[in-house]
Amino acid sequence: MADVAGVTMDEVQRVAELANLDLTAEEVPRMQRDLNAILGHIAQLNELDTTGVPAMAQVGEMLGAAVESTGASLRADAKRPSLDRAAVMASAPESDSRFFKVPKVIER
Amino acid sequence: MGSATIQEVRAAIASGKATATAIAEEHYARIATEDGPSGKGINSFLALSRDRALEQAAKIDAMAAKGDALPPLAGVPVGIKDVLTMKGSPATAGSLILKGYMPPYDATAVTRMEAAGAVLLGKLNCDEFAMGSSNENSAYGPVHNPRALDRVPGGSSGGSAAAVAAGFAVASLGSDTGGSIRQPAAFCGVVGVLPTYGRVSRYGLIAFASSLDRVGPFATNVRDAATMLGVLAGQDAKDATSSDRPVGDYVGALAKPVKGLRIGVPAEYFGEGLDAEIRAAIERALDGLREAGCEVKTIALPHTKYAIPTYYVIATAEASANLSRFDGVRFGFRAGAGTQTLSEMYRETRDQGFGAEVKRRILLGTYVLSAGYYDAYYRKAQQVRTLLTRDFLAAFAEVDAIVAPITPTPPWKLGEKTADPLQMYLEDIYSVAASLAGICAMSVPCGETASGLPIGVQIMGRHFNEETMLRVGLAIETA
Repeated sequence: MADVAGVTMDEVQRVAELANLDLTAEEVPRMQRDLNAILGHIAQLNELDTTGVPAMAQVGEMLGAAVESTGASLRADAKRPSLDRAAVMASAPESDSRFFKVPKVIER
Repeated sequence: MGSATIQEVRAAIASGKATATAIAEEHYARIATEDGPSGKGINSFLALSRDRALEQAAKIDAMAAKGDALPPLAGVPVGIKDVLTMKGSPATAGSLILKGYMPPYDATAVTRMEAAGAVLLGKLNCDEFAMGSSNENSAYGPVHNPRALDRVPGGSSGGSAAAVAAGFAVASLGSDTGGSIRQPAAFCGVVGVLPTYGRVSRYGLIAFASSLDRVGPFATNVRDAATMLGVLAGQDAKDATSSDRPVGDYVGALAKPVKGLRIGVPAEYFGEGLDAEIRAAIERALDGLREAGCEVKTIALPHTKYAIPTYYVIATAEASANLSRFDGVRFGFRAGAGTQTLSEMYRETRDQGFGAEVKRRILLGTYVLSAGYYDAYYRKAQQVRTLLTRDFLAAFAEVDAIVAPITPTPPWKLGEKTADPLQMYLEDIYSVAASLAGICAMSVPCGETASGLPIGVQIMGRHFNEETMLRVGLAIETA
């Protein structure tokens, strides 16, 4: 596992950027402290030798669900009615009732 | 305190002793006098769906007047955790970022409740995006524990547990990702059920961690919880993760005695840090099971100590992906009216819209998924998740159910643990392993501390064997 003692302020800022979060000057050191405490606890996982252990994404795969039975539980790939477009667009902060409106995407 | 059960409500309506309308009005009156700051200040409801509830109550009353057979939840007042969508009511998930969002559809769990006759009273407070163990992370103020108003109700489904404990609703819906149904049920002295992963549809559940999130019921007793589960369970074409396995007869199963069942007691759940009064209450519950003819034996779940670190890698990683959809474009709140670019608008909306705990988890989740750390953290945690699940599969080859604590301590005081997030995470020590393994589990009241705080006991069952778990729960409840 990576060096757990060492999430730096710069790394907190970089991760915040990746997550589209704008942290204030007061938030950065606090998040740095909390992340390091939590990552320190997570470092316990290093005690375990997991060589050859398969990764588990969710429980279905552990219950021996065969591919066929998994497939059988999926619905037919057919066209069906969905939500009313006008009702969905009404929830948007800004829309012309057909499209979502956002600030300029391409900077020049 | 509320004492009406589902059976009592249904019987009263069927016999003409009460109407669904009058029962709904009684519950609204109790909420009006007790839930707000001028009453007890419990703060469990975020929104009331009065018109919809009274329309449904009138429908039930018309059926009763005609002498029609009544559905299983006829006229039963039910509250809905505010992470489930309900058409006509706001859905906030306890967050400012969804303020003003009116979802245009019902969650499948909500649809099923109503189709079974339930009267849906409104939306219940919770930790923001279901992230928390005390309900102190709600943007709309904390919920107070009806059993001790200066204490937390647990989280994240704190409002769902408190509303049932306070008699504002006869039953409620919650969601459980790492303990969010079972822990508040224990703290408020009610029954809470975490169904097997895939047993109940999540369509309309605002996602936190998709490989862990589950919808389940709260009730005042095990029989009511079984009734609720019977209504909720079953495949849903709108949720590809819902299972096509046949749904059991949960209420019918309760008639079978527990004599001869093998009960496992995992040594790892009774170590340092477990409150002495909780330990004693669980020992008493185990004695009761022995007297009822169960074989109680010690088992090993050797990877238990790794459950919290595993959980906080996987849950935050999934949360960082799921919560990327909240960006001020499609629903709820948008900040940065004067911003020039899309990315500035995203960042300002998310900075103002999310609370500190949600930001912390998004950051942690983004970090463990970022280049260079993915294998060390995320893949490692997924491998340990396999080991934790194998622990349970091996245990269930030897026993029919597992009995253990659900919380290491009784409910703490509001504000007591908010300064240290890691300490708060460690409170989830007995709940997260069942979440990671996908098994079913429930919390049942089993006494109280000398100072009168509720104590719950956890019963864990095999995947898709809710029946046996509920039978053990009933045996503990009636012992």
